[in-house]
Amino acid sequence: MSQFVDRRLSGKNRSAVNRQRFLRRFKGQIRRAVADAVSGRSVADLERGEKISIPSKDLNEPIFHHGPGGRRSIVHPGNKEFVSGDRVERPPQGGGQGQGSASPDGEGMDEFAFELSREEFMNYFFEDLALPELVKKQLATTPEVKRVRAGFSNQGNPANLHVVRSMKQAIGRRLAMSAGPRESLRQAEEQLAELESRGLGDESEAEQLREEIVKLKARVAAVPFLDTWDLRYANRVDQPQPTSQAVMFCLMDVSGSMDEERKNIAKRFFMLLYLFLTRSYERIELVFIRHHTVAKEVDEEDFFTSRETGGTVVSSALALMHEIVCERYPSALWNIYAAQASDGDNWEDDSPRCRDLLVNSILPLVQYYAYVEIKAENPQRLWHEYEYVKSVNRQFAMQRILDMEDIYPVFRKLFRKKETA
Amino acid sequence: MSDDHTAESRQYLSQGSEWNFDLLHLYDREIGRVAAHYGLDTYPNQIEVITSEQMIDAYSSVGMPVGYNHWSFGKQFVATQKGYKRGQMGLAYEIVINSSPCIAYLMEENTMTMQALVIAHASYGHNSFFKGNYLFRTWTDAEGILDYLVFARNYVAECEERYGEEAVEEVLDSCHALMNHGVDRYVRPAKLSMAKEKSRQRERAEYLQSQVNDLWRTLPPREAVEESAVERRFPAEPQENLLYFIEKNAPRLESWQREIVRIVRKIAQYFYPQRQTQVMNEGWATFWHYTLLNHLYEEGRLTDGFMMEFLQSHTNVVYQPPFYSRAYGGINPYALGFAMFRDIRRICENPTAEDQRWFPEIAGSDWVQTLDFAMRNFKDESFIAQYLSPRLIREMKLFTVLDDDTEDTLEIAAIHDENGYRQVRQILAEQYNLGHREPNIQVWNVDVYGDRSLTLRHFAHSRRPLGESTTEMLRHIARLWGYDVRIESADESDQAELVAECPV
Repeated sequence: MSQFVDRRLSGKNRSAVNRQRFLRRFKGQIRRAVADAVSGRSVADLERGEKISIPSKDLNEPIFHHGPGGRRSIVHPGNKEFVSGDRVERPPQGGGQGQGSASPDGEGMDEFAFELSREEFMNYFFEDLALPELVKKQLATTPEVKRVRAGFSNQGNPANLHVVRSMKQAIGRRLAMSAGPRESLRQAEEQLAELESRGLGDESEAEQLREEIVKLKARVAAVPFLDTWDLRYANRVDQPQPTSQAVMFCLMDVSGSMDEERKNIAKRFFMLLYLFLTRSYERIELVFIRHHTVAKEVDEEDFFTSRETGGTVVSSALALMHEIVCERYPSALWNIYAAQASDGDNWEDDSPRCRDLLVNSILPLVQYYAYVEIKAENPQRLWHEYEYVKSVNRQFAMQRILDMEDIYPVFRKLFRKKETA
Repeated sequence: MSDDHTAESRQYLSQGSEWNFDLLHLYDREIGRVAAHYGLDTYPNQIEVITSEQMIDAYSSVGMPVGYNHWSFGKQFVATQKGYKRGQMGLAYEIVINSSPCIAYLMEENTMTMQALVIAHASYGHNSFFKGNYLFRTWTDAEGILDYLVFARNYVAECEERYGEEAVEEVLDSCHALMNHGVDRYVRPAKLSMAKEKSRQRERAEYLQSQVNDLWRTLPPREAVEESAVERRFPAEPQENLLYFIEKNAPRLESWQREIVRIVRKIAQYFYPQRQTQVMNEGWATFWHYTLLNHLYEEGRLTDGFMMEFLQSHTNVVYQPPFYSRAYGGINPYALGFAMFRDIRRICENPTAEDQRWFPEIAGSDWVQTLDFAMRNFKDESFIAQYLSPRLIREMKLFTVLDDDTEDTLEIAAIHDENGYRQVRQILAEQYNLGHREPNIQVWNVDVYGDRSLTLRHFAHSRRPLGESTTEMLRHIARLWGYDVRIESADESDQAELVAECPV
C-alpha cells in the first residue's frame, strides 16, 4: 500500500544555501559580468535583476576523462547507406562524437548564464564602495538625539501640561457626564412652566417639581469642571539624529560642446552615483546643478532629462554651489561632497577663475570633490587648471572617461573604500 | 479474473485531466493490483506531491532528499531554474529515490495521466528494479540510506562550523573530483546505518589518527632495514579505489577530513549501481509503465483520451533520433532499454527461427519469469551482451564506427547484417562498461622512505590518452595527499611514461 504525502506546503527554498555558495565562489567572475552588464544597457533599468554569463570553463568540476586520440569504436543508430568496410571522413572537430556531452539545455557550452535578483545585482554593483572619509565628522561621536513633538499623552509633568487640549477634553467629559440630569432637568422645567401657565403653580405637584429641579441642578453642578482625567500633556520623543548627514552636489555641463554621447556618459556617471548614494546612505541630500553659461539648480528629473545648449562657463556652477552651501548646508553640520562632469571645454578666461573658486571657496568646505572629464580628445585647459588644484588639495580627485566602459572602473576608483589603517 | 470483476471494471477510473488525492489513491491501487498480477516485488511506496520549485530543488541535489551543502548543487540549481523558467526544458516528470520506503515525487502541475504514468514508472517500475537487481542489492542499503544522508549532512555542517566553510569546501571539491574513482568494484561494501556509522565514526577518527602508520614512521622498524634494500612497494598491490586509499593512508589529513572523504566515497558507492544500470533501469521502468497502463486500458478502466496523452509522452520518451539528426546525442537509454525488454518478451512469446538459433534457452519461455531473471542478474554491459537480438539491431539500424587516430578516415567496422551482429553487440556492450568509459587509474606507489610522493598509474586502453583535466585533477589529489603527486601512463606493453606532476 502506498503512502501519499502532500509536500507542497513545506519549504521550497531548500537550495538557497547552495545557490549562495555558488555565487560566493564565483564572486570575481560575477562582478566582472555585472560591470559588463552595466556598460551595456540603459541606466533607467539599472535597478532590476540581470542575466549574467560567466565562462563555463571557470566553473567546471573536473574529473578524469579520456582525451581525443587512441583507437575507439562507437555504436550509432539509424544507419542509412553504410556497409561494413566503408571509410568516411572525420566530421569536423568531432562534434557529437564525444561522450554525448552536448549541453543539455541548448545553451552554448562556453557560457554559463543565469539570473541574479535585483538585490543581488545591486550588491555586486556597489560592493567595496563607500563615500570617502565619511567617518570624519560625526560617525565617531555619540549618537545625538533631538526631542521632537509627537502628539499628546495623558501622562506627563506639569510643565508640559497642554491647557487647550485639557479644556477641550473637559468640555467633552462635562457634556457627556451631565447629559442625563440635564435632560431630566429640561423636562421638569417644561412641566413646571406648563403647570404655572395653567395657574397651578401652588399645587403640591409643582412643589415636587421645584424640589426635583433643585436636586437636578445640584447634580449638574456637581460634575467637576476639570478632572484629572482631562489633563493632556504635550508629548515629546527622542528622535535619533542621523550620525552622518551628507549632501551631494552633482554638477553637469549641458552646454553645446557636450554632444549627445558625452551627455549620455555624464548622465550615466551621475546615475551610478545617485544609485550608490540613495542605497548606501539613508540620510543624504542631493543637489543637482546643471550649467551652460549660467548655472541653475534643478530637480532630479530635469537634471537628467532636459536639454539645453549654449556656451560654457563652468565657474557659474561653482559659484552657485558655493552659494547654496553657504545658505543651506553649513559645513559644520553637513558632510559635503561634489561630483562634476564636463567635457573640459570652457571659456578660456573662466578656467583660472574655476581654479580659484575651488581652492579658495569650495574645497575648504567639502569633504571630497570628484571631477570627471568625458571624452576629451586632449586634456583641456580646465584639466590643467584642475591638475594644479589636485596638487594642492587632497580632497580633490579627477579622472578621465573615454568610453562607456570606463565609467564603472572610474567610478570605483573615485569612490573606493579607503583602507583604514 | 471473475466475470463480475470485469463488469465492475468497465467503469473508467476518471475522465478529466484534473487530479486529486482520492484519484491518486485510486490509480495507485489499480496500478498496484496489476503490478502484483505480473509479480512485481517492490519496497513500500511513499509518493510525495511537490511543486515545480521543489522539483528543481530535488533535481539539483541529484535527487538526494537530504544533502550536505555545496556550491556545485547551487550551480545545478541555477542552471535548472534558468532552463525551466525560460521554458527551454521541461522538468523531469519524476524523481525516485532508491530507499525503503521508495520515495517518488509527483509534480502538482502534471495532469492525472502524467501522475498515473509516473506512479507506474517510478513507484512500480524503478522500485521493483531497486529491490530486485543484484547490483542494488549488493551495493546499496535502501533502509539505511536516508539515515546516512542525514548523518552526512549534519557532519558536514558541524565541520563547517568548526573549521570554516572554505576548508570544508576545499575537501569536498577534491573529493567530488575523485568520486568516480571512489568505488570498490570487486569488494562487497559494508551496509550503512546511521547508528553504527555514528558510533563508529568517533572510534575510527581516534584510531586512525593515533595509529602510527607506515607513512608516519620516523624510525624504520628493524626488519625494514633489511628490506629497504629490496625496495618494498607500498601499496603492495595497485589500488583502484583512490578515495579509499586516500582516506586510509593520506599522511596529512585530519580526522574530520578523512570522515568527509569517507562520506563522499559512501555516496559515490551508493550511486554506483545507477551508473551501471542506466539502460536496464530506465528500460525496465518504461516497459512496465507501458505494460501496466495498457493492461488497465484493456480492462476498460482508462479512457481513450488518457491513452492518447499517455502514448504521446511515452513516444517522446522512447524516441531515438538517428545519428545524422540534430537532436542526436548518443543512444537514448530509455529507447534502447525499452526496446530490449519488449524484444525479450517477443522472443518468449513469438520466437522466430532466428531467435531460436540465437536464444535457445529463452525462446518460447514464460516472459514474466524471463524478464524477471534478466532484471535481477545483469548490468547494462552484460545485459546487452546477453540479450541484444539481431532483429533489434536491424530495427535500430545499429552500426559501429572505428575511430583510430593513426588513420585519416573513420571505418564503418560492422553494420546490422549477418557478419556484423556479434561485433555490434559486443561493442555496444563495451560502451556501457564503466571500466572502458572512464580511464583506469590506480594507486601505483608511494615513496614511503623518501619524499612521500604518490604515484598514480593510468592503464591506457586502446592507446586512449588522458584528457586535458589531468593537471587540475592532480592538484585536487595533491591537496588531499599533502605531498607531491604524479601520474604516469602505461600502454599495453607496460611501458610507463610520466604524464603530469603536481608538486605541493
